[in-house]
Amino acid sequence: MSPWIVGFSIFFGYPLVMSVYLSFTHYDLLSPPRWVGLGNYRYMFGSDPQVWPAIKNTLWIIAIGVPLQVLSAFGIALMVSRAKQGVGFFRTVFFLPALAPPVAATLGFVYLLNPETGPVNNALGHLGIQGPLWFHSPSWSKPALVLLALWGVGNTMIIFLAAILDVPKQLYESAQLDGAGWFQRLRWVTLPSVSPVILFAVVIGVIQALQYFTQAYVAANVAAGQASQAGSNETTLGYPENSTLFYPVLLYQHGFRYFNMGYASAMAIVLLGVAFAITLLIIVNSRRWVHYQGATR
Amino acid sequence: MTSASVDIPARPAVQRRKLPPSVRRRRLLAGVADHSLLIAAALIFLSPFVFITLTALMTNEQALSPHLWPHPFRWSNFADVFTKAPFWRWTLNTMVYSSLATLGLLLASVPVAYALSRLRWRGREVAFMVVMVALMLPPQVSVVPVYVFWSKLGDATGVHFIGNLSPLIIPNWFGDAFSIFLLRQFFLTIPEEYLDAARVDGCGELRILTTVVLRLAKPAIAAVAIFSVLYTFNDFFLPLLYVGQSPGHWPLSIGLSEFRSLHQVQWNLTLAATLLVMTPVIILFFLAQRAFVEGVTLTGVKG
Repeated sequence: MSPWIVGFSIFFGYPLVMSVYLSFTHYDLLSPPRWVGLGNYRYMFGSDPQVWPAIKNTLWIIAIGVPLQVLSAFGIALMVSRAKQGVGFFRTVFFLPALAPPVAATLGFVYLLNPETGPVNNALGHLGIQGPLWFHSPSWSKPALVLLALWGVGNTMIIFLAAILDVPKQLYESAQLDGAGWFQRLRWVTLPSVSPVILFAVVIGVIQALQYFTQAYVAANVAAGQASQAGSNETTLGYPENSTLFYPVLLYQHGFRYFNMGYASAMAIVLLGVAFAITLLIIVNSRRWVHYQGATR
Repeated sequence: MTSASVDIPARPAVQRRKLPPSVRRRRLLAGVADHSLLIAAALIFLSPFVFITLTALMTNEQALSPHLWPHPFRWSNFADVFTKAPFWRWTLNTMVYSSLATLGLLLASVPVAYALSRLRWRGREVAFMVVMVALMLPPQVSVVPVYVFWSKLGDATGVHFIGNLSPLIIPNWFGDAFSIFLLRQFFLTIPEEYLDAARVDGCGELRILTTVVLRLAKPAIAAVAIFSVLYTFNDFFLPLLYVGQSPGHWPLSIGLSEFRSLHQVQWNLTLAATLLVMTPVIILFFLAQRAFVEGVTLTGVKG
């Protein structure tokens, strides 16, 4: 056992302790860490002009992106569960996009949503609608990223589908005998039965939103490269106008572009605290609306 | 899947054949209308694949035009991806990363999961807690100190870790929290009687693990292996940190993201490369659908 305990402490125990320590220092990898007390934290909440935009962008994804994802995963699962034929076929169709590698999916969407030549704006043009600039517009870049995320809801959808198909048929029958219509059966039978899965999807969604990096990085990089052929790496993070600068992207910039290891550690510790607090909040709040069938589940 | 495959044979085929064509046509239309929303949604979900494939077959001029159907079909785009960019190099790097990481992960995680589930020893509960904490820790928290660790280890030993893929591969040889957790859940479902029978026959724990447990746990091990292959194939953040500045060591994920800056604005080639990166994952899914589903059930339902 001992080799794995050694390995675990090196790769998991050591980093946690080290992160806390480094967050109180100034450290650039070249000279030894210099103790600065709360300096990093004070700079983060006092003077760093990019921290608040990054926090706002991340909260935007949590407040708008995550609910939309859970809603569409649930809606699609509901439609698939009601199909009389081809449940397996539809399940595969909706699951496939979730398999597309994130970088490949992002490239595909930057192309699809290309303002001038992309198929989406082309189609909108035929309908007489002037399509937005998507990844090139500060107000449309996040909605474009949400569309990309909605395309990949297949994982969550599959879990919802399994839960919906698991709801005991007798519950629907007795509700129907009591005169419950379609909507009432959905509201009073389906929703309470799958509420633990909704909670699971929300928590996982929030945790992933707090770590959102690859799609934002690639979309900004590709879109910025398209806008200016000479786009240097320094300016592409958060393109356009910091609208895709999410908290993990900013952390990456400070840690691995500027090599401010101390400051990046402080950002990581704050992220850990916030992730923990939000998850706890959701779970405590969920006691009011999550219904567990039977005592053992 | 089960409900659909059970429903179809239950319907008597004879009765169907008797229906006059007009009724059948009306039923089909009614069925389509009933599912119109579902079918429309399915078409929307498939359309990105269709547009990406069509554009990947166009000439560059046509890719920038509003025409949707390739004319002519330029199959040579796929060959150009390999000649105009080091696509083979990236593929090879991804394969090395993926196979070595997955191999190490299996060799290390299986015994740990076995010890955590079927052996009794002091500190077992503590060790399991450590695994759970590691599972919940956001990667951003550990990424800075781990980078510092590899950088300092490189300075101390004179071996370069930053700039190649070894810092991504080596940790897997010490086990991976998610895999240990998933395997442990599965090992717990193996009846104790099987293990006791082997013990009575004089098997050591190592022999029980290799002969009894491994055979029974094949689906779980397959699921862990597939998740690991997928994860390493898709991994972008860690390769960006460690090999972002060394193009010779780029895996496919990084190479693909830089493809457009390397090759002006050629959407047709970029999307051909995109398609080439998507295909293996989709093929893997169809080959190993069962392992996928079992993996999801193990983590999502029993977890």
